[in-house]
Amino acid sequence: MNKVITIDEAIDKIQDGMTIMVGGFLGCGNPHRLVDKLVEKGTKDLTLICNDSSFPDYGVGKLIVNKQIKKLIASHVGTNPETGRQMNEGEMEVVLVPQGTLAEQVRAGGSGLGGFLTPTGVGTVVEEGKQKIEIDGVEYLLELPLKADVALIAGQTADKFGNIEYFGATRNFNQLMATAAEVVIAEVEEIVEVGELDPNQVVTPGIFVTHLVNGGAI
Amino acid sequence: MDRNEMKNYIAKRVANMLHDGDVVNLGIGLPTKVSNYLPEGANIFLQSENGFIGLGPVPQEGQEDFRITNAGGQCVTILPGGVFFDSSTSFGIIRGGHVDMTVLGALQVDEKGNLANWMIPGKMVPGMGGAMDLVTGAKKVTIAMEHTAKGAKKILKECTLPLTAAGQVDYIVTEMGLMEVTKEGIVLREINPEYTVEQVQEATEAKLIIADDLKEMQV
Repeated sequence: MNKVITIDEAIDKIQDGMTIMVGGFLGCGNPHRLVDKLVEKGTKDLTLICNDSSFPDYGVGKLIVNKQIKKLIASHVGTNPETGRQMNEGEMEVVLVPQGTLAEQVRAGGSGLGGFLTPTGVGTVVEEGKQKIEIDGVEYLLELPLKADVALIAGQTADKFGNIEYFGATRNFNQLMATAAEVVIAEVEEIVEVGELDPNQVVTPGIFVTHLVNGGAI
Repeated sequence: MDRNEMKNYIAKRVANMLHDGDVVNLGIGLPTKVSNYLPEGANIFLQSENGFIGLGPVPQEGQEDFRITNAGGQCVTILPGGVFFDSSTSFGIIRGGHVDMTVLGALQVDEKGNLANWMIPGKMVPGMGGAMDLVTGAKKVTIAMEHTAKGAKKILKECTLPLTAAGQVDYIVTEMGLMEVTKEGIVLREINPEYTVEQVQEATEAKLIIADDLKEMQV
């Protein structure tokens, strides 16, 4: 089975108004080629779920600068002044979520959980509007799962079926987002034949991956 | 001491709080300097919340790999024995109590151990990143900061800015002293001999409890 498509075919899977997840952490592990192509195409009114909004000229930050995002769900936006500007001027809705909660919301979305209980955020503005549940004398917030129409993820090496190995600190949200979207598009630096990867080193099983794009080494 | 000396002095004192085998998360800025003074011969495991343990120094120019960055997005290295993982595992480590100490800066901290360090409404809204999870989940929370913000008090009776977490702070280390947050209030345990107890109190809104065995700063 060969899941490799062109980068243009990949970006055509994303329509105006969709909810997308993009892996990465301050640009490290963003699928840079896919993001650049999405910026070029200009698909708009997107809801973006990503750890952060990166920098204005690096990774997902470019989608913000190009005003393609209607709503952003992230844990940190401080490195991209344009996010703050659009937020303050009401041009973009921004939901700030503790990073551990965001990671677990994505994991819950991809693994069939109806939510989870976390102590993070108790006694802060994060608890507003959320159900509090006490277990063995400790207060927790009920946090709900997150899912997306399309996830754009980045890996190091994949076989044509979509089994993926990662490198360095790029794994971050990529491994989780691969499980939590209807369509999962992975950009990798190298694509090999099925059977060439050591099953012991594969991190994301190919069954999660819908399409593969050969990004080449960046 | 000039500001830079103050920061190094604070970082040195915090480093002396760490023990062989500790898993430690250092925040961006002053807390990062703690890694310059780690106790000799001790194995300290630095965790980086973006997904690894074994955080090493910044590489030499030309040796950077953009796939190995710290939680501030800066290129770093990984030490022998280090390990990479995903964000869910990373925060499982943090919330699950597997981090012995987290060291962070603060905008405000109060006598109940409340911490505010993630936003100033209307001015600065960068997001909490991993701070709320770290402060909630780490076994010990140490605030490393200058005692005041250009004279404005930061150690208060009650925080006025939105909280990062309620009642989680254990220690506060500044250029003036080392304080422990207890049920009774903030105890001054060590003092920089360049200051008097009165001067430390004057720079602090919360009423300090002076330890019976008040020591000189262990730097």
